Amino acid sequence: MNKFIKTLFAICILGPAYGQNHVEMADNLRAEGKIYVVVTIILIVLAGLIFYLFLLDKKVKKLEKLVSDKKKQTN
Amino acid sequence: MKTWVKILAICLLLYVHIGGLLFDVPRLNILNETIRALYFHVPMWFGMVLLFAISVYYAVRHLANPYGNFDIKSVECANVGLVFGILGMITGMLWANYTWGSPWHGDPKQNGAAIALLVYLAYFILRGSIQNEEQKARLSAVYNIFAFAAMIPLIFIIPRLTSSMHPGSGGNPGFNMYDLDSNMRLVFYPAVAGWFLIGVWIVLLRVKMRELEEKILDIEHE
Repeated sequence: MNKFIKTLFAICILGPAYGQNHVEMADNLRAEGKIYVVVTIILIVLAGLIFYLFLLDKKVKKLEKLVSDKKKQTN
Repeated sequence: MKTWVKILAICLLLYVHIGGLLFDVPRLNILNETIRALYFHVPMWFGMVLLFAISVYYAVRHLANPYGNFDIKSVECANVGLVFGILGMITGMLWANYTWGSPWHGDPKQNGAAIALLVYLAYFILRGSIQNEEQKARLSAVYNIFAFAAMIPLIFIIPRLTSSMHPGSGGNPGFNMYDLDSNMRLVFYPAVAGWFLIGVWIVLLRVKMRELEEKILDIEHE
């Protein structure tokens, strides 16, 4: 347990201090030939279209409600 | 839409995602692997322009014959086109952030695209602000023609007249930059076709929904 706490301490406190040697910044999207930029772009498109699908779904539900209300009225 | 067209669209996009991520691409400085974003960012804009073109076609058809249901088709094309445009804008901003240095650079292409999107947003505001259905359809059809006529120079002409960092602008039309590697076209054109077909599919679904809604409301009035 003690070892675990020590490791945690090392990661939290000493980690950033070690990083200062090569000026570590939030550059992850620039790593590996910036492939993660492409990944993020694909995810944005996917998320956007899925969000749009949910909007469509809402519209269909409204239509279904309209039909069922209509049926109740005629019955 | 025929089922085989839907399957074709899905297969095209599967191929594009696999090929786009794995095939060889030119090794360029600064761009690095983000050159692959071409397969995912540019088809959004191509899809948008194609859908807006269909939209303006139906707007003209509506003005010629107000009794068909061309207005619904026109609106839904513009609606899905706008979604593509917004996705193109967000992905473009992300790409710009890691290649040009900031998400918004005031680049003529970026500004032009943003203005074009605002012009089309105003189209929906115009529609929302008119109560009378016939007037709404007629006025928005006329506006649609002007919006399309404004979008073409904003996106395709003005950026070429000035200096722009965006490829295909500022004196380097088309894909000259990528001409070294025509292999990219093997993925790029299927990407455009695939996304466009998906866009048409969504348009047709939305048109069907609108027609159903009208039918239900018609029954109500009887």
